[in-house]
Amino acid sequence: MSKTLHAFKDGKAFIPFITAGDPDADTTVRDILAMADAGADLIEVGIPFSDPTAEGPVIQEADAIALKGGMTINGAFEVVERVREVKPDLPLAFMTYVNTLFKYRGDAPAGVATEPYVPFFERCAKDGIDAIILADVPFEEQDEVLAVSDKYGVDLISMVSPTSEDRIREIAKNPRGFIYVVSSMGVTGVRSEFQFDHIENMVRIIRETNPGVKCAVGFGISTPDQARKMASLSDGAIVGSAILRKIHAGATTEEIADYVRSMKQAVMESM
Amino acid sequence: MGTKGRFGIYGGQYITETLMNALDELEKAYNEAKADPSFQAELQDLLNNYANRPSLLYYAEKMSKDLGGCKIYLKREDLNHTGAHKINNVLGQALLAKRMGKTRLIAETGAGQHGVATATVAALFGMDCDVYMGKLDMERQALNVYRMELLGAHVHGVESGTGTLKDAVNEAMRVWSQECSYTHYCIGSTMGPYPFPTMVRDFQSVISREAREQILAKEGKLPAAVLACVGGGSNAMGMFYNFIPDEGVKLIGCEAAGEGADTPRTAATMNTGSVGIFHGMKSIFCQNEEGQIAPVYSISAGLDYPGIGPEHAYLASTGRAQYVPITDEEAVEAFEFLAKEEGIICAIESAHAVAYARKIAPTMSPDDSMIICLSGRGDKDVAAIARYRGRDLHE
Repeated sequence: MSKTLHAFKDGKAFIPFITAGDPDADTTVRDILAMADAGADLIEVGIPFSDPTAEGPVIQEADAIALKGGMTINGAFEVVERVREVKPDLPLAFMTYVNTLFKYRGDAPAGVATEPYVPFFERCAKDGIDAIILADVPFEEQDEVLAVSDKYGVDLISMVSPTSEDRIREIAKNPRGFIYVVSSMGVTGVRSEFQFDHIENMVRIIRETNPGVKCAVGFGISTPDQARKMASLSDGAIVGSAILRKIHAGATTEEIADYVRSMKQAVMESM
Repeated sequence: MGTKGRFGIYGGQYITETLMNALDELEKAYNEAKADPSFQAELQDLLNNYANRPSLLYYAEKMSKDLGGCKIYLKREDLNHTGAHKINNVLGQALLAKRMGKTRLIAETGAGQHGVATATVAALFGMDCDVYMGKLDMERQALNVYRMELLGAHVHGVESGTGTLKDAVNEAMRVWSQECSYTHYCIGSTMGPYPFPTMVRDFQSVISREAREQILAKEGKLPAAVLACVGGGSNAMGMFYNFIPDEGVKLIGCEAAGEGADTPRTAATMNTGSVGIFHGMKSIFCQNEEGQIAPVYSISAGLDYPGIGPEHAYLASTGRAQYVPITDEEAVEAFEFLAKEEGIICAIESAHAVAYARKIAPTMSPDDSMIICLSGRGDKDVAAIARYRGRDLHE
């Protein structure tokens, strides 16, 4: 049974993202554990991809650093296993691009064919991954993934964006876990301004369609003020590039934890 | 599996949510334009009176006799305005973008031919134009960079990844996801998310529409084989399309093997790649076991791409078309051969198709014919070929 929705047990969730292996696996494990202790409600772990077309410069750099350092899909699973030993109940999600899970073969010997997605979700279920976010699988292409992820009890998170318009109602009908509300156009990365009315409108349509569904807003958020505002419009805030930027600037695990604590406090203040 | 834009299992729309609305809008606009006689008439007028269509189907008599097999015809896309088949697609997409009220075109480019074509049509239509090009390719094709600037386009160097064509596509997609309300992404090949592979194929299918009529007029029968080089696959799809129902016509795509399909320095997607999902489509890609896209290599910047359009993947899966690897050395020899034999300096991309023709023409009957798509002219490649041959020549 997925623990994704436990992320919203306090009423408002703070969801940080980091890339597995940036700068190395040990640091990623330490950062995840510290973020969890600092109040992170669900942690998104990025499996690095060679060509992250939805990402701005910061996450592109994170992926490049992780891949150069030898991070692999198995390596990302190992990070999750190490976290799970300490935090059995922490909601955990993977964020990546579909080709990595499409190609993942697990332990299958060379020459033995595997069903796409099956070895990946089998391992997710074993290691306790609760959800997955795929930047390049829109609603229309979800079925081939859902056929497997549902079977293994992993929530395939749907996204809505300011251009989703009529599609929001379709997407909101039967979502898994929560809905990821993309705050604004473009790729991931810190922004100074948002069109809050767009965000409010997306959340309103989602809730009209499906009153019980949880929504968290991501893309561009970096400050406690922004997180507070986003959480007031939805059920939580998702932050990636701002954290990785700190990591790239040499922030310590304690500094990352302090930042997460301030962001969690901000989302709680929105209630 | 989504149902839209599928060629067997290939194709689809694997793209960020933010771009889905733009794709829906494009699909709708394209279907309307396709059915609108005034759009078709305007496009045909531009193709004939601006781009110099129909292109010649030239009987390469000397080459045919010297190779000693079938009759060889060259479909002269190199004689189009801007020197390659790319203009066929750009005119179609730009006309569509204008009809949709978009004021800016963006494009990726490898060798620079698609960038030049996009910059050209943007100038003609009075649209803004930004072209994304890998840093490495900008160095390899400096002349085309200046050419685009001369036409009023801004050329943006892409430093991420390998600094080549795939990285230029990545960056164009990122920019499009920010600015799709007023910008059309003019994809240069039969790739990307639906409707691009279908739409680009339709715009390029003018090549085989003309060629089929021309060969029937000259020979009174269909050719035994049709050859084209293939990277993303737009000239090949254009050259194949109207021959697909003609089962007796062999369709042969010639891909860039670089230093050899059995070496890591290759871009022979069909011969070395596997099924994957990237750049909006399920297709065949050069990648590692973990699905990370592989760096590829070819002397030809236009074929230096780790994937292939989904319709080609489908044609290969059904056996309707075959895809053969051609090395740098074979392509360069064919480039030199065609220059000396027929007085035609073709693009190094097109030389890959000429190279395979040299292998199979002697085995074919003099009663049969083949058509090679000469996708572009080779002025842009002269300096690089000279350097390949050890001559220290720079533009």
